[in-house]
Amino acid sequence: MTHETLLRISSIILLLPLAGFTGIIFFQKKLGRAAGYIGSSILGINLFLSLLVAYQKLAFFSDAGMLQWKFDWLNLGSHSITIGIGLDNLAAIMLIVVNLISFLVHVFSLEYMREDIRFPRFYAYLGLFTFSMLGIVIANNFLNMYIFWELVGISSYLLIGFWYEKDSAANASKKAFITNRVGDFGFFAGIMILFFTYGSFMFDDIFSHIGEGHIPFDSGTMLTLAGILLFMGAIGKSAQFPLHVWLPDAMEGPTPVSALIHAATMVAAGVYLTARIFPMLTADALLFVAYIGAITAFIAATIAITQTDFKRILAYSTVSQLGYMIMAIGVGAYSYGFFHLVTHAWFKACLFLASGSVIHAMHHSMHHAGEHHMDPQDIRNMGGLRKTMPVTYFTFLFSTIAIAGVPFTSGFLSKDGILAGTMAFGQLSGHWFIAFSGFASAAMTAFYMFRLLISAFHGQPKTHIAAHTHENNKLITVPLIVLSILTFWFFYSFNPFDGGSGWFYQKIKTPATVVQAEHQWGFFVPYESVRSHSAACCGEPTANSATEPSHNHHKEAHHALNKYEEALHHAHLPAMIISLIIAGLGIFLSFSFYQFKIFNPDGVAELIRPFYLLSYNKWYFDEIYDASVIWGTTTFAKILALFDLYIIDGIVNLVGWFTKLVGHFIGWFDLYVIDGLVNLTANVTAFFGLVFRKFQTGRIQAYIVMTIIFAMVLLYYVL
Amino acid sequence: MEIGLTHYLVVSALLFSLGVFGIVTRKNSILVLMGLELILNSANLNFIAFSKFKGLNIEGHIATLFVIVLAAAEVAVALAIILNIYQNYHHIDVDEINKLKE
Repeated sequence: MTHETLLRISSIILLLPLAGFTGIIFFQKKLGRAAGYIGSSILGINLFLSLLVAYQKLAFFSDAGMLQWKFDWLNLGSHSITIGIGLDNLAAIMLIVVNLISFLVHVFSLEYMREDIRFPRFYAYLGLFTFSMLGIVIANNFLNMYIFWELVGISSYLLIGFWYEKDSAANASKKAFITNRVGDFGFFAGIMILFFTYGSFMFDDIFSHIGEGHIPFDSGTMLTLAGILLFMGAIGKSAQFPLHVWLPDAMEGPTPVSALIHAATMVAAGVYLTARIFPMLTADALLFVAYIGAITAFIAATIAITQTDFKRILAYSTVSQLGYMIMAIGVGAYSYGFFHLVTHAWFKACLFLASGSVIHAMHHSMHHAGEHHMDPQDIRNMGGLRKTMPVTYFTFLFSTIAIAGVPFTSGFLSKDGILAGTMAFGQLSGHWFIAFSGFASAAMTAFYMFRLLISAFHGQPKTHIAAHTHENNKLITVPLIVLSILTFWFFYSFNPFDGGSGWFYQKIKTPATVVQAEHQWGFFVPYESVRSHSAACCGEPTANSATEPSHNHHKEAHHALNKYEEALHHAHLPAMIISLIIAGLGIFLSFSFYQFKIFNPDGVAELIRPFYLLSYNKWYFDEIYDASVIWGTTTFAKILALFDLYIIDGIVNLVGWFTKLVGHFIGWFDLYVIDGLVNLTANVTAFFGLVFRKFQTGRIQAYIVMTIIFAMVLLYYVL
Repeated sequence: MEIGLTHYLVVSALLFSLGVFGIVTRKNSILVLMGLELILNSANLNFIAFSKFKGLNIEGHIATLFVIVLAAAEVAVALAIILNIYQNYHHIDVDEINKLKE
């Protein structure tokens, strides 16, 4: 297969879901349930094609970089704007992730959404979302990416608000959309800085310009700013602090949507974007990214501990794990960050679909019992589901183990790599907070995930509803099984303790930074470039060249690209040991709290009440935003409304009043002067008429007399 | 005293004035018509006088003959009109006939 064939198939993969969307959206009534089968089969074909493409790309064109197809989109005089699609290893793997999860969600929804009145529309929206997400994946320029970025935003909006009869769903969709707009604003500004500087949207153009030392406004600060602004798009889309507030609310959407969009794919788009722009991020921008990720991972993990809504716990877990990935990319553990994106996509999609399975079963049970006031998503109403829903339980268990970072799972491989990355970064740069946050979040993740597992599935049923649940049919269980199988380690690396030795790590190489050495961490700069750089600037002693002499030795030892890779390699073992200990600790605590009840969770919560309340109320983010941004905006709007009412309306009324006055004057003038003149003419005419009508007697003799008189007068004058 | 042009003209002017007076003052249409005849005849008298004294010669006579013929035709038409008026109004009083006013 040639490059062209691969790209052609990629574009087919992109366009098929769009065809499905347009096909379904216009024939909703006619299609009915068939819409689900159409959507699912389209995704089935898509999955097959993407497996084919990814296999071809990874097996035969692995070192070819990005296969690109470019064409001129817009000609502006001498300048033309190029767009196109591109396929590199990153995109190839993402194609599989998106299509597989989308396919499984399509199948899952056949059962889950069976009784929904807008069933066809759901499939149309899923198609639209898949199309947009694939568009982001195979974009090779910022313009395409931004367009599809907005399209996933709108599909997310439509799907969160799918049950728009519920106020909470309608509000959540609005919140998600508006919060995303804040991030997208930054993203757009970042794109504009780059476009203004380089006149191109293409990744490769921009990166090669930066590599040549041509940076926006000739200022490293501007390059940092551009990077941070682009990253703002990721903050919004990947629900990073401080814009993470929309994601938990987005759980108002149907659960398959939560699995597809708000766990596995769309929220990972932010991570994908950060990975894409990784080469152009400067030291400061990377530090910013890393801190945002670390803060997000930590805050979200603390919140997840105390939540009681099944899906909300998973939502905060997602936020925390996304923070992990962002943090990984920020500290330069690029491959592991993307690795975690993929492994997380499988197990989090599995967790969400399992939660959907539980909620579906709870709904049915409630329906049978005639109970309508219970919250089917509250884990306090569950318990003991292990016996009634064994398949869901085991798949959930596998995914929980994976997310907790237990060895022999995919999650262990990727999380371990990230923690090693943060340790290496801490060691080289001194920013240890990131590593601390990584480990703390890992412990908390293990704790809250097992808390969720134990509360929902273990023990005795807490309500009769939970006791009378039943396992769902195959349309729901098969996707769960497929996803839980993917949590095993051997899909990624045969050595269950070293992700770095697997094919995945080999195929997803950390791209070399293109930022000039003076704006980049010394340890990210490739050795070759350090040497040439220090040679070029006449041996001037810089921070990078000072560390140079020891490089050659290490380079031969590990074939490492730069100093960071070496440190990462060395940090691997300690990171693994610490992460094993703390994950074990988290799991142990969780069991002792909730399974064996050695400690009383309520008592502990009482003991550390302020922290408990902080976590339970989600760090008061919503309240803070309500009091600051939202209150500020509405107050500002009110002030503007008052301004409008009194000042603008006042001016308008004044103008109106003045105009009225002038109008009155003109009216008066018209009435008396103009009409007066007209009437005067008429009156004079009438007066003469009155006078002359006297002569008009109708008597011939009178006429004759007058004729004679005037004839005589005439004669008198003429003669 | 020799009778000259002036005498003729004076007679003619008197005749004209009498005609006009008749037209203006009489109520009876017939009398008005008769006043008209007087005016025509005063004009005829002028023609003849000028033909004799001022060398208008034969043209004056011819014009007079024309006027006489015209007067006859006019009387025929006018009498027909008066008959019609009489049929409509049952009188021929010019003072009462003021339909022209409307």
